[in-house]
Amino acid sequence: MDVLYALLLQPFVFMAQEPLIFAETVVKGLMAGVLYSLVALGFVLIFKASGVFNFAQGTLALFAALTLVGLMEKMGDGLPKAAIVVIAIVATIGVMILLAMIVERFVLRPLVNQELIILFMATLGLSYVLEGVGDLTWGSDVKVLDIGLPDGVFDIGGVYVEQLDVVAAIVAGSMVTVLAIFFNKTRIGRALRAVADDHQAALSVGISLQQIWVIVWSVAGMVALVAGVMWGSKSGVQFSLSLIALKALPVLILGGFTSIPGAIVGGLIIGLGEKVVEVFWYDVHGGAVENWFAYMLALVFLMFRPQGLFGDKIIERV
Amino acid sequence: MSAAEVETATDALLKVNNIEVIYDHVILVLRGVSLEVPQGGIVAILGGNGAGKTTTLKAISNLLGTERGEVTKGTIEFDGIGVEASSPNELVKRGCIQVMEGRHCFEHLTVEENLLTGAFTRGGDRAGIQADLEMVYTYFPRLRERRTSLAGYTSGGEQQMTAIGRALMSRPKMILLDEPSMGLAPQLVEQIFEIVKKINEQEGVTILLAEQNTNVALRYAKYGYILESGRVVMEGAAESLRNNEDVKEFYLGLGGEGRRSFRDIKHYRRRKRWLG
Ligand SMILES: Nc1ncnc2c1ncn2[C@@H]1O[C@H](COP(=O)(O)OP(=O)(O)OP(=O)(O)O)[C@@H](O)[C@H]1O
Ligand SMILES: [Mg+2]
Repeated sequence: MDVLYALLLQPFVFMAQEPLIFAETVVKGLMAGVLYSLVALGFVLIFKASGVFNFAQGTLALFAALTLVGLMEKMGDGLPKAAIVVIAIVATIGVMILLAMIVERFVLRPLVNQELIILFMATLGLSYVLEGVGDLTWGSDVKVLDIGLPDGVFDIGGVYVEQLDVVAAIVAGSMVTVLAIFFNKTRIGRALRAVADDHQAALSVGISLQQIWVIVWSVAGMVALVAGVMWGSKSGVQFSLSLIALKALPVLILGGFTSIPGAIVGGLIIGLGEKVVEVFWYDVHGGAVENWFAYMLALVFLMFRPQGLFGDKIIERV
Repeated sequence: MSAAEVETATDALLKVNNIEVIYDHVILVLRGVSLEVPQGGIVAILGGNGAGKTTTLKAISNLLGTERGEVTKGTIEFDGIGVEASSPNELVKRGCIQVMEGRHCFEHLTVEENLLTGAFTRGGDRAGIQADLEMVYTYFPRLRERRTSLAGYTSGGEQQMTAIGRALMSRPKMILLDEPSMGLAPQLVEQIFEIVKKINEQEGVTILLAEQNTNVALRYAKYGYILESGRVVMEGAAESLRNNEDVKEFYLGLGGEGRRSFRDIKHYRRRKRWLG
Protein backbone atom coordinates (compact mmCIF):
# COMPACT_ATOMS: atom_id res chain seq x y z
CA MET A 1 0.00 0.00 0.00
CA ASP A 2 2.70 2.41 0.97
CA VAL A 3 4.48 1.83 -2.27
CA LEU A 4 1.33 2.33 -4.27
CA TYR A 5 0.60 5.49 -2.38
CA ALA A 6 4.11 6.79 -2.98
CA LEU A 7 3.90 5.82 -6.63
CA LEU A 8 0.44 6.87 -7.64
CA LEU A 9 -0.91 9.44 -5.25
CA GLN A 10 1.64 11.21 -3.17
CA PRO A 11 3.51 12.84 -6.08
CA PHE A 12 0.35 14.46 -7.33
CA VAL A 13 -0.66 15.63 -3.89
CA PHE A 14 2.82 17.11 -3.63
CA MET A 15 2.42 18.83 -6.99
CA ALA A 16 -0.92 20.29 -6.00
CA GLN A 17 0.45 21.53 -2.72
CA GLU A 18 3.55 23.07 -4.18
CA PRO A 19 2.66 24.53 -7.57
CA LEU A 20 5.70 26.78 -7.52
CA ILE A 21 8.12 23.92 -7.03
CA PHE A 22 6.31 22.02 -9.74
CA ALA A 23 6.54 24.93 -12.16
CA GLU A 24 10.20 25.37 -11.42
CA THR A 25 10.87 21.69 -11.95
CA VAL A 26 9.06 21.76 -15.25
CA VAL A 27 11.08 24.71 -16.44
CA LYS A 28 14.34 23.14 -15.30
CA GLY A 29 13.41 19.89 -17.00
CA LEU A 30 12.55 21.57 -20.27
CA MET A 31 15.81 23.51 -20.19
CA ALA A 32 17.81 20.36 -19.65
CA GLY A 33 15.77 18.86 -22.45
CA VAL A 34 16.84 21.62 -24.83
CA LEU A 35 20.39 20.38 -24.54
CA TYR A 36 19.39 16.77 -25.20
CA SER A 37 17.36 17.94 -28.17
CA LEU A 38 20.36 19.74 -29.63
CA VAL A 39 22.61 16.72 -29.43
CA ALA A 40 19.88 14.47 -30.83
CA LEU A 41 19.29 16.98 -33.62
CA GLY A 42 22.90 16.63 -34.71
CA PHE A 43 22.45 12.87 -34.83
CA VAL A 44 19.27 13.08 -36.85
CA LEU A 45 20.79 15.43 -39.44
CA ILE A 46 23.69 13.14 -40.12
CA PHE A 47 21.59 10.00 -39.97
CA LYS A 48 19.07 11.33 -42.44
CA ALA A 49 21.61 12.57 -44.93
CA SER A 50 24.03 9.68 -44.87
CA GLY A 51 22.46 6.83 -42.92
CA VAL A 52 25.42 7.03 -40.57
CA PHE A 53 24.80 6.67 -36.89
CA ASN A 54 27.29 9.20 -35.65
CA PHE A 55 28.67 8.08 -32.35
CA ALA A 56 30.93 11.12 -32.30
CA GLN A 57 28.14 13.68 -31.96
CA GLY A 58 28.76 14.15 -28.22
CA THR A 59 32.48 14.41 -28.75
CA LEU A 60 31.80 16.95 -31.45
CA ALA A 61 30.11 19.12 -28.80
CA LEU A 62 33.07 18.68 -26.47
CA PHE A 63 35.53 19.42 -29.25
CA ALA A 64 33.65 22.56 -30.30
CA ALA A 65 33.46 23.87 -26.75
CA LEU A 66 37.14 23.06 -26.14
CA THR A 67 38.13 24.86 -29.31
CA LEU A 68 36.10 27.89 -28.34
CA VAL A 69 37.57 28.10 -24.84
CA GLY A 70 41.04 27.44 -26.12
CA LEU A 71 40.82 30.15 -28.75
CA MET A 72 39.49 32.65 -26.23
CA GLU A 73 42.35 31.89 -23.87
CA LYS A 74 44.90 32.23 -26.67
CA MET A 75 43.62 35.65 -27.61
CA GLY A 76 44.23 36.90 -24.08
CA ASP A 77 42.99 40.26 -22.86
CA GLY A 78 44.18 42.57 -25.59
CA LEU A 79 40.72 43.04 -27.04
CA PRO A 80 37.37 43.88 -25.56
CA LYS A 81 35.56 40.81 -24.32
CA ALA A 82 32.74 40.99 -26.85
CA ALA A 83 35.22 41.10 -29.72
CA ILE A 84 37.10 38.12 -28.38
CA VAL A 85 33.90 36.12 -28.03
CA VAL A 86 32.71 36.95 -31.53
CA ILE A 87 36.06 36.21 -33.16
CA ALA A 88 36.42 32.96 -31.24
CA ILE A 89 32.93 31.82 -32.20
CA VAL A 90 33.49 32.60 -35.86
CA ALA A 91 36.84 30.84 -35.78
CA THR A 92 35.30 27.81 -34.07
CA ILE A 93 32.62 27.61 -36.71
CA GLY A 94 35.43 27.67 -39.25
CA VAL A 95 37.15 24.82 -37.43
CA MET A 96 33.93 22.80 -37.42
CA ILE A 97 33.52 23.29 -41.17
CA LEU A 98 37.11 22.27 -41.73
CA LEU A 99 36.50 19.22 -39.59
CA ALA A 100 33.45 18.35 -41.68
CA MET A 101 35.58 18.51 -44.81
CA ILE A 102 38.23 16.31 -43.28
CA VAL A 103 35.64 13.78 -42.13
CA GLU A 104 34.06 13.69 -45.58
CA ARG A 105 37.38 13.31 -47.33
CA PHE A 106 39.09 10.83 -45.07
CA VAL A 107 36.27 8.91 -43.39
CA LEU A 108 33.10 8.99 -45.44
CA ARG A 109 34.45 9.04 -48.97
CA PRO A 110 36.75 6.03 -48.64
CA LEU A 111 34.00 4.09 -46.88
CA VAL A 112 31.13 4.96 -49.18
CA ASN A 113 29.00 1.91 -50.03
CA GLN A 114 30.38 -0.02 -47.10
CA GLU A 115 28.13 -1.66 -44.56
CA LEU A 116 26.57 0.84 -42.17
CA ILE A 117 28.14 -0.91 -39.20
CA ILE A 118 31.56 -0.10 -40.64
CA LEU A 119 30.65 3.55 -40.90
CA PHE A 120 29.38 3.43 -37.34
CA MET A 121 32.70 1.98 -36.21
CA ALA A 122 34.46 4.72 -38.10
CA THR A 123 32.56 7.37 -36.15
CA LEU A 124 33.51 5.52 -32.98
CA GLY A 125 37.13 5.87 -33.98
CA LEU A 126 36.54 9.47 -34.92
CA SER A 127 35.22 10.19 -31.48
CA TYR A 128 38.44 8.92 -29.89
CA VAL A 129 40.58 10.84 -32.34
CA LEU A 130 38.67 14.05 -31.62
CA GLU A 131 39.03 13.56 -27.90
CA GLY A 132 42.72 12.97 -28.31
CA VAL A 133 43.22 15.97 -30.55
CA GLY A 134 41.17 18.13 -28.18
CA ASP A 135 43.29 16.99 -25.25
CA LEU A 136 46.57 17.48 -27.04
CA THR A 137 45.72 20.90 -28.37
CA TRP A 138 43.91 22.46 -25.47
CA GLY A 139 44.86 20.37 -22.43
CA SER A 140 42.69 18.10 -20.39
CA ASP A 141 41.90 20.24 -17.35
CA VAL A 142 38.35 21.41 -16.74
CA LYS A 143 37.92 24.78 -18.37
CA VAL A 144 35.60 27.59 -17.48
CA LEU A 145 33.65 28.80 -20.43
CA ASP A 146 32.50 32.37 -20.02
CA ILE A 147 31.23 34.02 -23.12
CA GLY A 148 29.43 36.65 -21.13
CA LEU A 149 26.05 35.00 -20.92
CA PRO A 150 23.96 36.36 -18.03
CA ASP A 151 24.11 34.22 -14.92
CA GLY A 152 21.39 35.81 -12.82
CA VAL A 153 17.95 34.52 -12.03
CA PHE A 154 14.54 35.69 -13.23
CA ASP A 155 11.78 35.71 -10.68
CA ILE A 156 8.59 35.09 -12.60
CA GLY A 157 5.74 35.17 -10.12
CA GLY A 158 7.72 33.25 -7.56
CA VAL A 159 9.19 30.79 -10.02
CA TYR A 160 12.93 31.13 -10.34
CA VAL A 161 14.35 30.68 -13.79
CA GLU A 162 18.03 30.94 -14.56
CA GLN A 163 18.78 33.57 -17.15
CA LEU A 164 21.34 31.30 -18.74
CA ASP A 165 18.61 28.75 -19.36
CA VAL A 166 16.40 31.35 -20.95
CA VAL A 167 19.20 32.43 -23.27
CA ALA A 168 19.91 28.81 -24.09
CA ALA A 169 16.29 28.19 -24.98
CA ILE A 170 16.12 31.28 -27.15
CA VAL A 171 19.34 30.42 -28.97
CA ALA A 172 18.26 26.82 -29.50
CA GLY A 173 14.83 27.92 -30.66
CA SER A 174 16.25 30.41 -33.15
CA MET A 175 18.68 27.88 -34.46
CA VAL A 176 15.96 25.35 -35.06
CA THR A 177 13.91 28.02 -36.84
CA VAL A 178 16.82 28.98 -39.04
CA LEU A 179 17.45 25.33 -39.83
CA ALA A 180 13.81 24.78 -40.70
CA ILE A 181 13.90 27.71 -43.11
CA PHE A 182 17.19 26.48 -44.54
CA PHE A 183 15.78 23.01 -45.14
CA ASN A 184 12.50 24.09 -46.62
CA LYS A 185 13.29 27.20 -48.59
CA THR A 186 16.78 26.93 -50.01
CA ARG A 187 18.27 25.02 -52.88
CA ILE A 188 20.80 23.26 -50.68
CA GLY A 189 18.17 22.48 -48.07
CA ARG A 190 16.00 20.93 -50.73
CA ALA A 191 18.93 18.86 -51.91
CA LEU A 192 19.56 17.71 -48.35
CA ARG A 193 16.01 16.48 -48.06
CA ALA A 194 16.26 14.83 -51.44
CA VAL A 195 19.37 12.95 -50.34
CA ALA A 196 17.61 11.90 -47.14
CA ASP A 197 14.72 10.55 -49.21
CA ASP A 198 16.62 8.67 -51.90
CA HIS A 199 20.40 8.65 -52.22
CA GLN A 200 20.53 7.09 -55.65
CA ALA A 201 17.93 9.35 -57.14
CA ALA A 202 19.71 12.36 -55.67
CA LEU A 203 22.91 11.20 -57.29
CA SER A 204 21.12 10.63 -60.59
CA VAL A 205 19.84 14.21 -60.77
CA GLY A 206 23.29 15.59 -60.19
CA ILE A 207 23.33 16.32 -56.49
CA SER A 208 26.85 15.85 -55.19
CA LEU A 209 26.68 13.64 -52.13
CA GLN A 210 30.14 14.74 -51.08
CA GLN A 211 29.09 18.36 -51.00
CA ILE A 212 25.93 17.48 -49.08
CA TRP A 213 27.87 15.47 -46.52
CA VAL A 214 30.24 18.34 -45.87
CA ILE A 215 27.28 20.65 -45.36
CA VAL A 216 25.45 18.25 -43.08
CA TRP A 217 28.50 17.62 -40.94
CA SER A 218 29.15 21.35 -40.77
CA VAL A 219 25.61 21.99 -39.63
CA ALA A 220 25.86 19.16 -37.11
CA GLY A 221 29.13 20.71 -35.94
CA MET A 222 27.45 24.05 -35.37
CA VAL A 223 24.58 22.43 -33.51
CA ALA A 224 27.22 20.68 -31.42
CA LEU A 225 28.92 24.01 -30.79
CA VAL A 226 25.71 25.48 -29.41
CA ALA A 227 25.15 22.41 -27.23
CA GLY A 228 28.75 22.53 -26.07
CA VAL A 229 28.54 26.20 -25.16
CA MET A 230 25.29 25.68 -23.25
CA TRP A 231 26.65 22.81 -21.26
CA GLY A 232 30.08 24.30 -20.85
CA SER A 233 28.77 27.59 -19.52
CA LYS A 234 26.97 25.69 -16.78
CA SER A 235 29.32 22.95 -15.78
CA GLY A 236 32.63 23.83 -17.34
CA VAL A 237 34.15 22.23 -20.40
CA GLN A 238 35.31 18.76 -19.58
CA PHE A 239 35.34 15.21 -20.78
CA SER A 240 31.90 14.38 -19.33
CA LEU A 241 30.42 16.65 -21.98
CA SER A 242 30.94 13.96 -24.58
CA LEU A 243 28.78 11.65 -22.51
CA ILE A 244 25.62 13.61 -23.21
CA ALA A 245 25.70 11.66 -26.44
CA LEU A 246 24.53 8.74 -24.35
CA LYS A 247 21.46 10.75 -23.48
CA ALA A 248 20.75 11.30 -27.12
CA LEU A 249 20.15 7.63 -27.81
CA PRO A 250 16.96 7.39 -25.72
CA VAL A 251 15.88 10.70 -27.17
CA LEU A 252 16.24 9.25 -30.65
CA ILE A 253 14.32 6.12 -29.72
CA LEU A 254 11.58 8.33 -28.38
CA GLY A 255 11.49 10.76 -31.25
CA GLY A 256 12.43 8.52 -34.15
CA PHE A 257 15.86 8.50 -35.77
CA THR A 258 14.83 10.43 -38.82
CA SER A 259 12.59 13.09 -37.38
CA ILE A 260 13.82 16.57 -36.55
CA PRO A 261 10.65 17.50 -34.64
CA GLY A 262 11.00 14.10 -32.97
CA ALA A 263 14.50 14.93 -31.75
CA ILE A 264 13.29 18.21 -30.32
CA VAL A 265 10.14 16.90 -28.65
CA GLY A 266 11.90 13.71 -27.52
CA GLY A 267 14.64 15.74 -25.87
CA LEU A 268 12.16 17.95 -24.09
CA ILE A 269 10.11 14.98 -22.88
CA ILE A 270 13.15 13.23 -21.48
CA GLY A 271 14.50 16.35 -19.84
CA LEU A 272 11.12 17.11 -18.33
CA GLY A 273 10.42 13.52 -17.29
CA GLU A 274 13.78 13.19 -15.62
CA LYS A 275 13.43 16.26 -13.47
CA VAL A 276 9.80 15.69 -12.53
CA VAL A 277 10.37 12.07 -11.60
CA GLU A 278 13.53 13.03 -9.76
CA VAL A 279 11.76 15.56 -7.58
CA PHE A 280 8.24 14.22 -7.15
CA TRP A 281 8.80 10.50 -7.09
CA TYR A 282 11.82 10.80 -4.85
CA ASP A 283 10.34 8.54 -2.20
CA VAL A 284 9.98 5.71 -4.70
CA HIS A 285 13.46 5.64 -6.15
CA GLY A 286 15.57 7.58 -3.70
CA GLY A 287 17.43 9.73 -6.20
CA ALA A 288 19.94 9.46 -9.04
CA VAL A 289 17.14 8.84 -11.50
CA GLU A 290 18.90 10.81 -14.23
CA ASN A 291 21.13 7.87 -14.96
CA TRP A 292 18.43 5.45 -15.93
CA PHE A 293 15.12 7.19 -16.40
CA ALA A 294 15.72 8.06 -20.04
CA TYR A 295 16.65 4.49 -20.88
CA MET A 296 13.63 3.10 -19.10
CA LEU A 297 11.36 5.43 -20.99
CA ALA A 298 13.09 4.43 -24.22
CA LEU A 299 12.58 0.79 -23.41
CA VAL A 300 8.87 1.32 -22.90
CA PHE A 301 8.76 3.07 -26.24
CA LEU A 302 10.65 0.28 -27.95
CA MET A 303 7.99 -2.10 -26.78
CA PHE A 304 4.98 -0.10 -27.84
CA ARG A 305 6.07 2.29 -30.53
CA PRO A 306 9.38 1.22 -32.04
CA GLN A 307 9.29 3.78 -34.80
CA GLY A 308 9.27 6.55 -32.19
CA LEU A 309 6.83 9.38 -31.72
CA PHE A 310 7.52 10.93 -35.07
CA GLY A 311 9.08 8.04 -36.95
CA ASP A 312 9.30 8.96 -40.58
CA LYS A 313 5.99 9.14 -42.29
CA ILE A 314 5.89 6.02 -44.40
CA ILE A 315 4.05 6.85 -47.54
CA GLU A 316 1.75 4.15 -48.77
CA ARG A 317 -0.39 4.68 -51.77
CA VAL A 318 -3.51 2.72 -52.48
CA MET B 1 24.77 0.60 -91.08
CA SER B 2 25.11 2.25 -87.69
CA ALA B 3 22.55 4.44 -85.99
CA ALA B 4 24.62 7.51 -86.64
CA GLU B 5 24.60 6.91 -90.38
CA VAL B 6 20.88 6.37 -90.39
CA GLU B 7 20.25 9.61 -88.58
CA THR B 8 22.68 12.27 -89.61
CA ALA B 9 26.11 12.65 -90.93
CA THR B 10 27.40 14.14 -87.68
CA ASP B 11 29.15 12.21 -84.99
CA ALA B 12 27.25 10.26 -82.40
CA LEU B 13 26.49 12.02 -79.12
CA LEU B 14 27.05 8.80 -77.24
CA LYS B 15 29.40 5.99 -78.14
CA VAL B 16 29.49 2.85 -76.06
CA ASN B 17 32.29 0.65 -77.25
CA ASN B 18 32.43 -2.98 -76.23
CA ILE B 19 31.90 -2.56 -72.51
CA GLU B 20 32.01 -5.23 -69.90
CA VAL B 21 30.42 -4.69 -66.48
CA ILE B 22 31.10 -6.69 -63.36
CA TYR B 23 29.13 -6.45 -60.10
CA ASP B 24 30.73 -7.24 -56.76
CA HIS B 25 34.02 -8.05 -58.51
CA VAL B 26 32.70 -11.40 -59.75
CA ILE B 27 29.31 -11.19 -61.42
CA LEU B 28 29.86 -10.54 -65.10
CA VAL B 29 26.72 -8.88 -66.40
CA LEU B 30 27.58 -7.06 -69.61
CA ARG B 31 29.75 -9.05 -72.00
CA GLY B 32 30.77 -6.55 -74.59
CA VAL B 33 27.97 -4.15 -75.37
CA SER B 34 28.43 -1.55 -78.08
CA LEU B 35 25.96 1.06 -79.14
CA GLU B 36 25.73 4.53 -80.58
CA VAL B 37 23.22 7.27 -80.13
CA PRO B 38 23.18 10.06 -82.72
CA GLN B 39 22.67 13.66 -81.76
CA GLY B 40 18.94 14.35 -81.54
CA GLY B 41 17.92 10.71 -81.97
CA ILE B 42 15.68 8.38 -80.04
CA VAL B 43 17.30 4.99 -79.56
CA ALA B 44 15.85 2.02 -77.70
CA ILE B 45 17.55 -0.77 -75.80
CA LEU B 46 15.21 -3.73 -75.72
CA GLY B 47 15.28 -7.01 -73.89
CA GLY B 48 13.67 -9.07 -71.18
CA ASN B 49 14.24 -9.17 -67.43
CA GLY B 50 17.87 -9.19 -66.48
CA ALA B 51 19.13 -8.65 -70.01
CA GLY B 52 21.34 -5.80 -68.81
CA LYS B 53 19.45 -2.72 -69.96
CA THR B 54 19.56 -0.94 -66.64
CA THR B 55 23.18 -1.88 -66.18
CA THR B 56 24.03 -0.38 -69.56
CA LEU B 57 22.30 2.89 -68.73
CA LYS B 58 23.93 3.09 -65.30
CA ALA B 59 27.32 2.44 -66.83
CA ILE B 60 26.73 5.47 -69.05
CA SER B 61 25.56 7.76 -66.25
CA ASN B 62 28.28 6.46 -63.94
CA LEU B 63 25.79 5.31 -61.32
CA LEU B 64 27.19 1.79 -61.10
CA GLY B 65 29.48 2.76 -58.25
CA THR B 66 26.68 2.84 -55.72
CA GLU B 67 25.79 -0.73 -56.65
CA ARG B 68 29.33 -2.01 -56.53
CA GLY B 69 29.35 -2.40 -60.25
CA GLU B 70 32.32 -1.53 -62.41
CA VAL B 71 33.06 -1.12 -66.08
CA THR B 72 36.06 -3.37 -66.54
CA LYS B 73 36.50 -3.17 -70.30
CA GLY B 74 35.57 -0.95 -73.17
CA THR B 75 34.92 2.77 -73.34
CA ILE B 76 31.99 5.12 -73.09
CA GLU B 77 32.18 8.50 -74.74
CA PHE B 78 29.59 11.17 -74.20
CA ASP B 79 29.83 14.29 -76.31
CA GLY B 80 33.33 13.38 -77.36
CA ILE B 81 34.73 12.84 -73.86
CA GLY B 82 34.96 9.66 -71.82
CA VAL B 83 32.53 9.38 -68.93
CA GLU B 84 34.71 7.40 -66.56
CA ALA B 85 36.52 10.48 -65.30
CA SER B 86 33.32 12.36 -64.52
CA SER B 87 31.29 11.87 -61.35
CA PRO B 88 27.53 11.48 -61.81
CA ASN B 89 26.96 15.10 -60.95
CA GLU B 90 29.60 16.29 -63.39
CA LEU B 91 27.91 14.18 -66.06
CA VAL B 92 24.60 15.86 -65.32
CA LYS B 93 26.38 19.17 -65.70
CA ARG B 94 27.77 17.95 -69.02
CA GLY B 95 24.22 17.18 -70.13
CA CYS B 96 23.70 13.48 -69.53
CA ILE B 97 21.00 12.60 -67.02
CA GLN B 98 19.24 9.38 -66.16
CA VAL B 99 15.61 8.81 -65.24
CA MET B 100 15.87 5.70 -63.14
CA GLU B 101 13.74 2.62 -63.43
CA GLY B 102 10.84 2.85 -60.99
CA ARG B 103 10.87 6.69 -61.19
CA HIS B 104 12.56 7.26 -57.81
CA CYS B 105 10.79 10.49 -56.99
CA PHE B 106 11.62 12.12 -53.69
CA GLU B 107 8.54 11.02 -51.81
CA HIS B 108 8.61 13.59 -49.06
CA LEU B 109 9.17 16.49 -51.41
CA THR B 110 6.38 18.12 -53.33
CA VAL B 111 6.11 17.65 -57.08
CA GLU B 112 7.48 21.13 -57.67
CA GLU B 113 10.34 20.61 -55.22
CA ASN B 114 11.15 17.39 -57.06
CA LEU B 115 11.36 19.31 -60.31
CA LEU B 116 13.58 21.92 -58.71
CA THR B 117 16.05 19.32 -57.47
CA GLY B 118 16.63 18.54 -61.13
CA ALA B 119 18.06 22.03 -61.51
CA PHE B 120 20.56 21.52 -58.70
CA THR B 121 23.60 21.58 -60.96
CA ARG B 122 22.53 24.91 -62.43
CA GLY B 123 23.14 26.76 -59.19
CA GLY B 124 21.36 30.04 -58.64
CA ASP B 125 20.15 30.76 -62.17
CA ARG B 126 16.71 31.72 -60.87
CA ALA B 127 15.16 33.23 -63.95
CA GLY B 128 16.26 30.38 -66.16
CA ILE B 129 15.06 27.78 -63.70
CA GLN B 130 11.70 29.48 -63.33
CA ALA B 131 11.29 29.58 -67.09
CA ASP B 132 12.13 25.90 -67.37
CA LEU B 133 9.64 25.08 -64.65
CA GLU B 134 7.03 26.68 -66.87
CA MET B 135 8.31 24.66 -69.80
CA VAL B 136 7.95 21.43 -67.83
CA TYR B 137 4.43 22.40 -66.78
CA THR B 138 3.60 23.05 -70.40
CA TYR B 139 4.69 19.56 -71.37
CA PHE B 140 3.01 18.02 -68.32
CA PRO B 141 -0.03 20.14 -67.44
CA ARG B 142 -1.01 17.49 -64.94
CA LEU B 143 2.07 18.31 -62.87
CA ARG B 144 1.01 21.92 -62.54
CA GLU B 145 -2.19 20.77 -60.90
CA ARG B 146 -0.28 18.51 -58.55
CA ARG B 147 2.63 20.84 -57.87
CA THR B 148 2.03 21.15 -54.12
CA SER B 149 1.29 17.46 -53.49
CA LEU B 150 3.93 15.27 -51.93
CA ALA B 151 5.32 13.16 -54.75
CA GLY B 152 4.84 10.04 -52.66
CA TYR B 153 1.10 10.57 -52.80
CA THR B 154 0.82 10.99 -56.55
CA SER B 155 -0.07 8.26 -59.02
CA GLY B 156 2.43 6.14 -60.90
CA GLY B 157 1.86 8.12 -64.08
CA GLU B 158 2.31 11.41 -62.29
CA GLN B 159 5.50 10.12 -60.72
CA GLN B 160 6.84 9.12 -64.11
CA MET B 161 6.03 12.60 -65.40
CA THR B 162 7.70 14.12 -62.35
CA ALA B 163 10.81 12.02 -62.92
CA ILE B 164 11.03 13.02 -66.58
CA GLY B 165 10.27 16.65 -65.80
CA ARG B 166 12.91 16.62 -63.10
CA ALA B 167 15.50 15.39 -65.58
CA LEU B 168 14.43 18.03 -68.06
CA MET B 169 15.10 20.70 -65.44
CA SER B 170 18.81 20.00 -65.72
CA ARG B 171 18.74 21.23 -69.35
CA PRO B 172 20.17 17.94 -70.62
CA LYS B 173 21.57 17.09 -74.01
CA MET B 174 20.58 13.50 -73.48
CA ILE B 175 18.11 11.71 -71.22
CA LEU B 176 18.61 8.05 -70.36
CA LEU B 177 15.11 6.80 -69.78
CA ASP B 178 14.80 3.49 -67.97
CA GLU B 179 11.49 1.65 -68.50
CA PRO B 180 9.12 4.59 -68.58
CA SER B 181 6.22 2.25 -69.30
CA MET B 182 6.70 0.17 -66.18
CA GLY B 183 3.46 -0.46 -64.36
CA LEU B 184 1.43 2.05 -66.31
CA ALA B 185 -1.83 1.57 -68.19
CA PRO B 186 -1.36 1.34 -71.98
CA GLN B 187 -3.09 4.63 -72.63
CA LEU B 188 -0.84 6.41 -70.15
CA VAL B 189 2.23 4.77 -71.66
CA GLU B 190 1.22 6.13 -75.04
CA GLN B 191 0.70 9.60 -73.58
CA ILE B 192 4.10 9.61 -71.92
CA PHE B 193 5.91 8.41 -75.03
CA GLU B 194 4.09 11.07 -77.01
CA ILE B 195 5.44 13.74 -74.66
CA VAL B 196 8.93 12.28 -74.75
CA LYS B 197 8.85 12.49 -78.52
CA LYS B 198 7.73 16.09 -78.31
CA ILE B 199 10.55 16.91 -75.92
CA ASN B 200 12.95 15.23 -78.32
CA GLU B 201 11.70 17.25 -81.26
CA GLN B 202 11.15 20.62 -79.65
CA GLU B 203 13.98 20.78 -77.12
CA GLY B 204 16.41 18.75 -79.19
CA VAL B 205 17.03 16.37 -76.31
CA THR B 206 18.54 13.07 -77.40
CA ILE B 207 16.83 10.04 -75.86
CA LEU B 208 18.22 6.63 -75.05
CA LEU B 209 15.52 4.48 -73.56
CA ALA B 210 15.42 0.99 -72.11
CA GLU B 211 12.18 -0.88 -72.50
CA GLN B 212 10.61 -4.27 -72.16
CA ASN B 213 7.62 -2.92 -74.01
CA THR B 214 9.10 -3.54 -77.44
CA ASN B 215 5.97 -2.62 -79.29
CA VAL B 216 5.70 0.93 -77.99
CA ALA B 217 9.43 1.52 -77.92
CA LEU B 218 9.88 0.59 -81.58
CA ARG B 219 7.09 2.91 -82.63
CA TYR B 220 8.77 5.93 -81.06
CA ALA B 221 12.44 5.08 -81.40
CA LYS B 222 14.27 5.34 -84.69
CA TYR B 223 16.83 2.73 -83.92
CA GLY B 224 16.93 -0.23 -81.56
CA TYR B 225 19.32 -2.64 -79.93
CA ILE B 226 18.15 -5.98 -78.58
CA LEU B 227 20.00 -7.15 -75.53
CA GLU B 228 20.12 -10.66 -74.19
CA SER B 229 22.22 -11.92 -71.29
CA GLY B 230 24.47 -8.92 -71.51
CA ARG B 231 25.03 -9.02 -75.26
CA VAL B 232 23.60 -7.14 -78.16
CA VAL B 233 22.01 -9.89 -80.21
CA MET B 234 20.43 -7.72 -82.83
CA GLU B 235 20.23 -4.10 -83.89
CA GLY B 236 18.71 -2.06 -86.61
CA ALA B 237 16.40 0.74 -87.62
CA ALA B 238 13.15 0.54 -85.67
CA GLU B 239 11.23 -0.03 -88.88
CA SER B 240 13.26 -3.06 -89.85
CA LEU B 241 13.20 -4.50 -86.33
CA ARG B 242 9.44 -4.17 -86.27
CA ASN B 243 9.18 -6.17 -89.46
CA ASN B 244 11.75 -8.75 -88.51
CA GLU B 245 10.17 -12.19 -88.15
CA ASP B 246 12.16 -13.11 -85.05
CA VAL B 247 11.43 -9.86 -83.28
CA LYS B 248 7.81 -10.29 -84.16
CA GLU B 249 7.78 -13.72 -82.71
CA PHE B 250 9.86 -13.25 -79.62
CA TYR B 251 9.32 -9.65 -78.60
CA LEU B 252 6.14 -8.42 -80.16
CA GLY B 253 4.16 -11.55 -79.39
CA LEU B 254 2.79 -11.72 -82.91
CA GLY B 255 3.62 -15.33 -83.58
CA GLY B 256 4.71 -18.51 -81.88
CA GLU B 257 3.69 -19.68 -78.49
CA GLY B 258 5.11 -17.27 -75.94
CA ARG B 259 8.52 -15.77 -75.62
CA ARG B 260 11.62 -17.82 -76.09
CA SER B 261 15.18 -16.77 -76.49
CA PHE B 262 16.87 -15.93 -79.73
CA ARG B 263 19.38 -18.51 -78.77
CA ASP B 264 16.76 -21.21 -79.10
CA ILE B 265 16.66 -20.80 -82.82
CA LYS B 266 19.29 -22.25 -85.05
CA HIS B 267 18.74 -20.14 -88.08
CA TYR B 268 19.31 -16.92 -86.27
CA ARG B 269 22.90 -15.90 -86.62
CA ARG B 270 23.67 -13.73 -83.69
CA ARG B 271 25.81 -10.80 -84.59
CA LYS B 272 28.93 -11.23 -82.62
CA ARG B 273 29.70 -7.60 -82.24
CA TRP B 274 31.21 -8.27 -78.85
CA LEU B 275 34.06 -10.09 -80.51
CA GLY B 276 35.07 -7.26 -82.73
N1 LIG C 1 23.70 -4.60 -57.95
C1 LIG C 1 23.79 -5.79 -58.55
N2 LIG C 1 24.58 -6.75 -58.06
C2 LIG C 1 24.67 -7.93 -58.69
N3 LIG C 1 24.02 -8.27 -59.80
C3 LIG C 1 23.20 -7.36 -60.34
C4 LIG C 1 23.04 -6.07 -59.75
N4 LIG C 1 22.16 -5.36 -60.49
C5 LIG C 1 21.81 -6.18 -61.51
N5 LIG C 1 22.42 -7.37 -61.42
C6 LIG C 1 22.28 -8.48 -62.36
O1 LIG C 1 22.64 -8.03 -63.63
C7 LIG C 1 21.80 -8.57 -64.63
C8 LIG C 1 21.24 -7.45 -65.48
O2 LIG C 1 20.42 -6.64 -64.69
P1 LIG C 1 19.74 -5.33 -65.24
O3 LIG C 1 19.05 -4.70 -64.08
O4 LIG C 1 20.73 -4.53 -65.95
O5 LIG C 1 18.67 -5.92 -66.24
P2 LIG C 1 17.50 -5.21 -67.01
O6 LIG C 1 17.65 -5.53 -68.42
O7 LIG C 1 17.42 -3.78 -66.63
O8 LIG C 1 16.25 -6.00 -66.44
P3 LIG C 1 14.79 -5.46 -66.09
O9 LIG C 1 14.05 -5.39 -67.35
O10 LIG C 1 14.26 -6.53 -65.18
O11 LIG C 1 14.94 -4.16 -65.42
C9 LIG C 1 20.74 -9.35 -63.90
O12 LIG C 1 21.07 -10.71 -64.01
C10 LIG C 1 20.84 -8.93 -62.48
O13 LIG C 1 20.57 -9.99 -61.62
MG1 LIG D 1 16.07 -2.64 -65.71
